[in-house]
Amino acid sequence: MPKDHGIGASQKRREDVRFLTGAGQYTDDINVHGQAYVCFLRSDVAHGRINKVDTAEAEAMPGVVRIFTGADFEGVGGLPCGWQVTDRFGQPMKEPAHPVLARGKVRHVGDPIAAVVADSLEEARNAAEAIVLDIEELPAAVNMKAALEAGAPRVHDDLSDNLCYDWGFVEDNRDAVDAAIKAAAHVTTLELVNQRLVANPMEPRVAVGDFNRATGDSTLYTTSQNPHVIRLLMGAFVLGIPEHKLRVVAPDVGGGFGSKIFHYAEEAFCTFAAKAINRPVKWTSSRAEAFLSDAQGRDHVTKIELALDKDNNFTAIRTSTLANMGAYLSTFASSVPTWLHGTLMAGNYKTPLIYVNVKAVFTNTVPVDAYRGAGRPEATFQLERVIDKAARELGVDPIALRRQNFITQFPYATPVAVEYDTGNYVATMDRLEEIADLSGFAARRKASEAKGMLRGLGVNCYIEACGIAPSNLVGQLGARAGLYDAATVRVNATGSISVMVGAHSHGQGHETVFPQVIAEMLGIDESMVEIVHGDSSKIPFGMGTYGSRSLAVCGSAMVRATEKIINKSKKIAAHMMEAAEADIELKDGKFSVAGTDKSVAWGDVTLAAYVPHNYPLEDIEPGLEETAFYDPSNFTYPSGAYACEVEVDPGTGKVTIEKFAAVDDFGNVVNPMIVEGQVHGGIGQGIGQALLENCVYDENGQLLSASFMDYAMPRASDVPFYQVDHSCATPCTHNPLGVKGCGEAGAIGSPPSVVNAVIDALQSGGHNVTHIDMPVSPHRVWQAMNG
Amino acid sequence: MYSFDFVRPATLDEAVAALAGEEAQALGGGQTLIPTLKQRLASPATLVSLGGIAALKGVSSSGGTLTVGGGTTHGTVAAEAASVYPALAKLAGNIGDPAVRNRGTIGGSLANNDPSACYPSAVLASNATVVTNTREIAADDYFQGLFTTALEPGEIITAVKFPVPQKAAYIKFEQPASRFALVGVFVAKGADGVRVAVTGASEGGVFRWSEAEAALSSNFSAGALDGLSASADGLINDLHGSAAYRAHLIGVLTKRAVAAAG
Ligand SMILES: Cc1cc2nc3c(=O)[nH]c(=O)nc-3n(C[C@H](O)[C@H](O)[C@H](O)COP(=O)(O)OP(=O)(O)OC[C@H]3O[C@@H](n4cnc5c(N)ncnc54)[C@H](O)[C@@H]3O)c2cc1C
Repeated sequence: MPKDHGIGASQKRREDVRFLTGAGQYTDDINVHGQAYVCFLRSDVAHGRINKVDTAEAEAMPGVVRIFTGADFEGVGGLPCGWQVTDRFGQPMKEPAHPVLARGKVRHVGDPIAAVVADSLEEARNAAEAIVLDIEELPAAVNMKAALEAGAPRVHDDLSDNLCYDWGFVEDNRDAVDAAIKAAAHVTTLELVNQRLVANPMEPRVAVGDFNRATGDSTLYTTSQNPHVIRLLMGAFVLGIPEHKLRVVAPDVGGGFGSKIFHYAEEAFCTFAAKAINRPVKWTSSRAEAFLSDAQGRDHVTKIELALDKDNNFTAIRTSTLANMGAYLSTFASSVPTWLHGTLMAGNYKTPLIYVNVKAVFTNTVPVDAYRGAGRPEATFQLERVIDKAARELGVDPIALRRQNFITQFPYATPVAVEYDTGNYVATMDRLEEIADLSGFAARRKASEAKGMLRGLGVNCYIEACGIAPSNLVGQLGARAGLYDAATVRVNATGSISVMVGAHSHGQGHETVFPQVIAEMLGIDESMVEIVHGDSSKIPFGMGTYGSRSLAVCGSAMVRATEKIINKSKKIAAHMMEAAEADIELKDGKFSVAGTDKSVAWGDVTLAAYVPHNYPLEDIEPGLEETAFYDPSNFTYPSGAYACEVEVDPGTGKVTIEKFAAVDDFGNVVNPMIVEGQVHGGIGQGIGQALLENCVYDENGQLLSASFMDYAMPRASDVPFYQVDHSCATPCTHNPLGVKGCGEAGAIGSPPSVVNAVIDALQSGGHNVTHIDMPVSPHRVWQAMNG
Repeated sequence: MYSFDFVRPATLDEAVAALAGEEAQALGGGQTLIPTLKQRLASPATLVSLGGIAALKGVSSSGGTLTVGGGTTHGTVAAEAASVYPALAKLAGNIGDPAVRNRGTIGGSLANNDPSACYPSAVLASNATVVTNTREIAADDYFQGLFTTALEPGEIITAVKFPVPQKAAYIKFEQPASRFALVGVFVAKGADGVRVAVTGASEGGVFRWSEAEAALSSNFSAGALDGLSASADGLINDLHGSAAYRAHLIGVLTKRAVAAAG
């Protein structure tokens, strides 16, 4: 019987009632009395010197309240980067200024130059069109290789070149890796592009700034995955507002996928402008603006070499990557191609020597930062593609080659600084072979061929490091923030519970899952527990949601706080039943004295805490509310094995996904249905990257894929019915729930198997194709087939 | 959007009169025009909705001719032309998504003449006649290049008359993002021979592939096209496909259309 209650129950998402019936409260639903509207005038050239921004005519237009330009932000800080990377030579990365409104130069199409605040949006737009710009267009640095060449246009005049950093990891391994590659029996080399993506959450970004003249308090309502992080960055680094005078609220958020982690100029602008004009200020991004101003994802160009000995054991991996930062360093941009990427290069395999080199490059394009998986999909893709290529070159079965090199002993210290606590890659692969019916593939291939189609099978494994992150470790690596999380469990007098959490739910289902954990611990019904999140004035200082961290980190804080609640309530129950505290047991929402029939109900104890007439006041305080902060001792390491079967139409090059199976080890699972949903969504995005999505700039830095007419999002008909399995669970050893995190796995694990399958299909048709860059569009497949 | 006046006449005459006004523009289903207005890429003074004119709507057939009113939605054509001209109904049923099909009209599509739109290929391959408030225009004269047609300013498409072919099929290969035609081929075998119209491929908009027509007129089978290849000259080269790829697709899709036509 599947559980219908507590941990392990597939409870339906309680938040869906409001989302699916139009009762969600998104940031754009927030309208503050008297608000004015902002229209940003954005650069239409990728690189240019601002000679003059003439607002005189625009200022006189109807409805205009005030027009701001870069000059209005002279005394204001720039947008900070939250992670300092140290390069191979011990030098800090280059960190150019990132002004709220452009000053001196514009550096990408979409860079905000001026902001018109007016009584209505139409009036703001009209006035923005009347601003006269004198911008001298400069040659743009777009292609990363070209941007690094001597004499390339410089994105930032005050930097010597466009190189942000040249990072080596593990630098001390460099020579040993070179030697191992020289000595190898076989080396497989693959050059590839992990293309730039646009996150495109369904809800575009919105910011509403409000200033209370009576109290001097500022409030920002914003579409954020981490309101406290925004309060910290914007308050401390940009606007100089102390925490107690700044409230940041992220209400219902319609998807983020990473793009809503970062602190954006528009947030700082609305908060600043509301005070400057003493009136609330609202900005709602259009979809067109989102393409030009939301941080984009991926954009790596990589060469990877895999060395093997004569018995096909992996002996070394060497990679060199160019990573695009775009025009400015977004909040966590510098960490993505380094610590979230290099540390993953061991994958599921016991390769003794690894060296990763990453050069981060400034270009005249929209800033790039974390996008679902962030660095880990890039690592997984290169590793799992090069292994497949090696298997073909060596004439061995790609699954057998993987199995032979699997890590089998845990804990396992990789040569890239992390230690995997648990995993069982053999069992995961066994299960995959079973649920994907790999033994039936040959027959399915025959059936496809009979229809004139080529059929291919692609398999890959993945490992990810999530549950971000141990603060002391990431501090050593350059993080400028801690990455713990926090929860306050407030038990009310009648026994109902409000839990204030630092994690933020924008599609993950926390409001359903977190109560299941408390219900399990206390033996009460989930309906008695409510999750409060998203408002810095209500929740403790937690770091928000990204990096598949919510349950592993914030959930752990909630468990710790609940344990404190249990301890205290046992003391109260002991007093009420005149028994020894050590004899008190809590089960099914009842406290009883071991070995007796004496008991008091949960609600009796909670009421006693708030109406302490008969209460051990001399020993404990009244009330029942506890807070815990939890800082993980390690990352968590979900892993999995995925299989994809495709059909390729040899006439057109079109790829259709026929089957997709995913076996994931997420450790313990609290709500299997939600976990499956997360995997489905992740694979959908992975298939989007593998087959469809492509963010393309022309040589002048104009975005060619600037709308859904040219940027292909995956739709329902592009994805198959998935087979998803998480039965091979090896619980995490270092957090109280034994959970690992499941939010990014699908996006990390799926692209390589899709591309591996396409290559397999083409080879079965006699085409000697060894690689196709993503997206594997019909056009590219056709080109590959026709050499 | 910039502000504009809006009128919704009930008769064709009123609409013609309204369109004679300064900077007036017809509004069909708005599936192309409204997004253009939202992006402030057009600024008509008056929008004249054709949606209130009953005479422009509906599908009828007699004597081997299917007549589709200029204001008929793709959804209506998909449903009501299915028994008489299934290839046309199928084409209409694959335009955009349900919301687009329930608003977008054949008149709007043909007036716009997007080089990647589906309907122009059906009109050209069927040798249909575009009927307006002032005249009848043969398909071969109607399409005049990218977003360009024989329509005069203020002229309204009131109907399209399709001679129903003996055999016909449309194969659309979708551009992955927009799902308009990256290349679409409409093949129609009528009393006077075979016509093959290609959309999505050419910088000049929809066109007839005469070599294929000649080959198919003497032998209506996919095999008749063996060895024929479309020229890449003047074909579109963009993010989604090179000119050479589009030329290749023309060949593949024409064969598939012939096979589908039976
Ligand atoms: C998401 C999406 C997907 C789409 N996919 C496809 C597709 O796959 N294939 C495809 O072919 N099309 C596609 N379209 C376009 C769609 O078919 C439009 O409906 C069509 O192009 C315009 O028709 P409309 O009635 O909406 O015209 P409107 O947008 O109202 O008008 C378009 C132009 O035609 C003029 N006009 C309108 N009606 C008349 C008339 N009766 N006489 C003279 N001029 C007139 C208007 O003045 C305007 O200039 C898609 C559109 C969208 C939004």
